[in-house]
Amino acid sequence: MGREAYITGIGQSEVAIRTTRHPLLLTLDAVREALDEAGLTIGQIDGVATFPGKSSGNLGFSPVGADEVIEAMGIKSKWHVGGMEQPAQLSSIANAAMAVRLGLCRHVICFRTVYEAAAMARPEEYSRPRSELLDGFVQWTMPFWAMSAACWTAQYAMTHVERYGMTREQLGQIAINGSKNAMLNPRARAITKEVLTLDKYMSARMISSPLCLYDCDRFSDCSTVIIVSAGDALDEVKCTPIRIAATAGSVDRPSWDQVDWPAAYETGADLWRNSDYRPKDVDTVQFYDGFAFLPINWLEGLGFCERGEGHRFIEGGTRIALDGELPMNTHGGQLGAGRLHGFGFAHEAVTQLRGLGGARQIGGDPKVAVATSGGGPMAAALLLARD
Amino acid sequence: MSIPRPRPRLDEENRAFWTGGAEGRLMITTCGDCGGHTHPPRLLCRHCLSENVVPQSVSGLAKVESYTVNHQAWAKNMEVPFVIARVRLDDAPSVILTTNIVNCPVDAVHFDDPVRVLFEEQDGIFYPLFEKVA
Repeated sequence: MGREAYITGIGQSEVAIRTTRHPLLLTLDAVREALDEAGLTIGQIDGVATFPGKSSGNLGFSPVGADEVIEAMGIKSKWHVGGMEQPAQLSSIANAAMAVRLGLCRHVICFRTVYEAAAMARPEEYSRPRSELLDGFVQWTMPFWAMSAACWTAQYAMTHVERYGMTREQLGQIAINGSKNAMLNPRARAITKEVLTLDKYMSARMISSPLCLYDCDRFSDCSTVIIVSAGDALDEVKCTPIRIAATAGSVDRPSWDQVDWPAAYETGADLWRNSDYRPKDVDTVQFYDGFAFLPINWLEGLGFCERGEGHRFIEGGTRIALDGELPMNTHGGQLGAGRLHGFGFAHEAVTQLRGLGGARQIGGDPKVAVATSGGGPMAAALLLARD
Repeated sequence: MSIPRPRPRLDEENRAFWTGGAEGRLMITTCGDCGGHTHPPRLLCRHCLSENVVPQSVSGLAKVESYTVNHQAWAKNMEVPFVIARVRLDDAPSVILTTNIVNCPVDAVHFDDPVRVLFEEQDGIFYPLFEKVA
């Protein structure tokens, strides 16, 4: 146990659209909740990890960085990191797990604060990317008006449409399942007001085929905190610790348009290589759904079904429902509960493993969960277990 | 589309790609040692790490690897719908380009369609677009 890493406290601010609360205070809300749950004080925190770090050129995307949290909250840090150049959002939790295993620190605040809706409403205060000369990866997509990850993801989704016969009725089950679960999640009230019907889904306007409006997550304002603690520090916490049983994040081609298959496939295989658990042991999955097609990649990549079969696995929505064989995105996912950018999936996996899901709690005394983040060439997966 | 396309910043790595269209040439970084292609273009070969790389013209023939019909207007006055595609180059099959398929109805594009390059010039940048081979 000494060299294991655990998730202890978890916390989350309100999930809002155009909040007026300052993003550092949203972060404080989430930190306070996580500390209270773990029974820790801020003085016991000695590490901070985040993705992607403060994004000065696009403050809505990431208005708060690790440096700022250390300074503002009086943390005496022994190890911290923030950066975009890692496999995907949840990699910051995997990094923290490595740090506590190495004994560099004992309790790490991992956080992701998003402020994209509020920033849109106050552009003079929160900078937006300016249209200037393009460099880096986007110079290969934006000149052709592939402006959004929606256009990039849509092209991978079209592979399933043309090669494997995916229908809109099948794809729609991700958003419909998310809306049903979000209606049972009190924190999703600002995002989901009613259950999405198949009729409404089918009549939605197209964004980038086959992705329609309901297949794309929506800018939200929120902070989510996950505290990662060393196994030999568990006597300091009062909540049920959740063991980080394995992590993976394999990336070959960071360019969104050069990969043959999204990184979820290799990362999925590597997660099992790094663990003795197998897909049949998993009680619930929390799969990144910034765009509705991405969970289909994760289902296939992690081996819950064959490659090219993911849309048939979710057909009708019964298997992935709360009472199904593999409950998915039980809080609503990003489609139903807001674009929290990856961290919401880890938060929900821990909530379910502790039996604290309230009206959305799955049955069967869940012990093992997978949380993922990323899409296209980005991928990071966590395997979480309650011992 | 009537509005100006976003422009890349020209540099030592990408200049040949974005300006080769002035001579009607699609320039892809090619290794003089192993023959491999590197895209996005770099000053080294991503297959063998050789610095003996040069931009060389390829035929401009390709196959549609995937596509999407974009309906969302991402900028004011953008005309929609249009086709965004990833095309795999016939004579540099490790290279995929994101592009637009033009000169046909949006519902006429499918996987594996043979396409060929044509260039759209805008202030010295030659954007490689593709059209279906009749």
